Amino acid sequence: MGHRALGMFERLGRSALFFLQLLVSLPSVFLRPRLLIQEIYSVGTLSLLIIMVSGSFVGMVLGLQGYVTLVKFGAAESLGVVVALSLVRELGPVVTALLFAGRAGSALTAEIGLMKATEQLSGMEMMAVDPMKRVVAPRFLAGAFSMPLLVTTFIAVGVLGGYFVGVGLLGIDSGAYWSQIQDKVDFYDDIYNGLIKGVVFGIVVTWIAVFEGYDTIPTSEGVSRSTTRTVVNSSLAVLALDFVLTGLMFGI
Amino acid sequence: MSTEHPQVLIEVENLHFSRGGNKIFDGLDLEIRAGQITAIMGPSGTGKTTLLRLIGGQLRPEKGVIRVDGLDVHRLSRKELYALRKRMGMLFQTGALLTDLSVFENVAFPYREHTRLPEAMIRDLVLMKLEAVGLRTARNLMPSELSGGMARRVALARAMALDPMMIMYDEPFTGLDPITLGHIVELIRRLNDALGLTSILVSHDVEETLSIADYAYVISEGKVVESGTPKTLAETTNAWVRQFLEGETDKAELLTEKAKDYLDDLMGERRA
Repeated sequence: MGHRALGMFERLGRSALFFLQLLVSLPSVFLRPRLLIQEIYSVGTLSLLIIMVSGSFVGMVLGLQGYVTLVKFGAAESLGVVVALSLVRELGPVVTALLFAGRAGSALTAEIGLMKATEQLSGMEMMAVDPMKRVVAPRFLAGAFSMPLLVTTFIAVGVLGGYFVGVGLLGIDSGAYWSQIQDKVDFYDDIYNGLIKGVVFGIVVTWIAVFEGYDTIPTSEGVSRSTTRTVVNSSLAVLALDFVLTGLMFGI
Repeated sequence: MSTEHPQVLIEVENLHFSRGGNKIFDGLDLEIRAGQITAIMGPSGTGKTTLLRLIGGQLRPEKGVIRVDGLDVHRLSRKELYALRKRMGMLFQTGALLTDLSVFENVAFPYREHTRLPEAMIRDLVLMKLEAVGLRTARNLMPSELSGGMARRVALARAMALDPMMIMYDEPFTGLDPITLGHIVELIRRLNDALGLTSILVSHDVEETLSIADYAYVISEGKVVESGTPKTLAETTNAWVRQFLEGETDKAELLTEKAKDYLDDLMGERRA
């Protein structure tokens, strides 16, 4: 028990040092823009489909659920606000981060872990190329950059999904849907805060993913365990951080 | 080979290193002379690969000094270490090719990372290096499409890219068919002499290694147990070394010598 706790704190310390090292390596990424673009493609663009499909379903479910409740109070016209606020404040950043951890985070861990297991990282070091700069930093930056964009996409598609259900199927007035959103969604309180969550989650999830890959035990079992840990740890981190951030943002 | 007493390029003095509570090196001393092929042999698990990583500065010794070309590897700043590594080539057992790049790009990798040469020149250099290992035609293949021997030759071309002063070979003969093996043996000798390299060859394949080595060290239990030219090694009086050099089966017995008594081990749980 004590041994495990010690091990946990040791990992925590290692990951913090790793993060500092990563920050130092970041500027070098801009010397290799092509590498960064390539990583943004594989981390961000390739996650776009799952994000959009999930976003539209979440939006549609919100439309249905919200309607069922609101109609009891005769407030069905406010459906747009319910959908938009739920998405912008909570579901957008959180669900995107969870999906991102599963789709892109696990891939990052497995890729870096396998590079370590097959001595590619070692080989790079011996060629006097810092794997931190060549491999880890571009992937981290790509992840941290893509997440907020994916969050925005998720929210936009979600609001359209809600519109489709609310206006298209349940017959709410289209003008009311949009004007209520425009009226009640505040830029600073809602959109800005939602995006901050997206940025923070992006940094944390990608950090965990690249750290787990870099820190993996270089065997097939080690890589598989690291990949699992990426998904589990980053999901937990996202949910816990969401609570903390929400608390801070609404000043409770 | 050119002169009688070539200058010492790498010195290892009183090296101590352990991992996970296991002592791997316990006062290891050796010297590697410039221009020669020096073999480091020993049974599996004696830390031969670890030694290469220590020389390359990827691991830190607990005690002792490793000097490469007069520089204390573990006292260098990160920048100096990276500068030194540019002058070292290392051939990993698996080749360690970057799997997302083609053969051509793998060999071009050191040039792209460390130089600002124009594309046309990189192309020429890469083709020259690939020609030297006989794989110019394989340039568009991906590493996953290569056989073990080919991958190792590509890795060798890459290790030579920056014209290093030395190349470290980690078990270059393991898992190759006899013909490929012959190629690699010859290639190592030819490159060493043609390019004036210094080679360190870590291996447990006694016959192939001694056929090209100028000097050889046999290590066991963290120390050098015997050293000399292949000729003098063949006349060794040390029984252990003799058995290691000559027989595979006897070796196994010697290695288990220190283990617990077999019967005790089998009955251990019930007796306890």
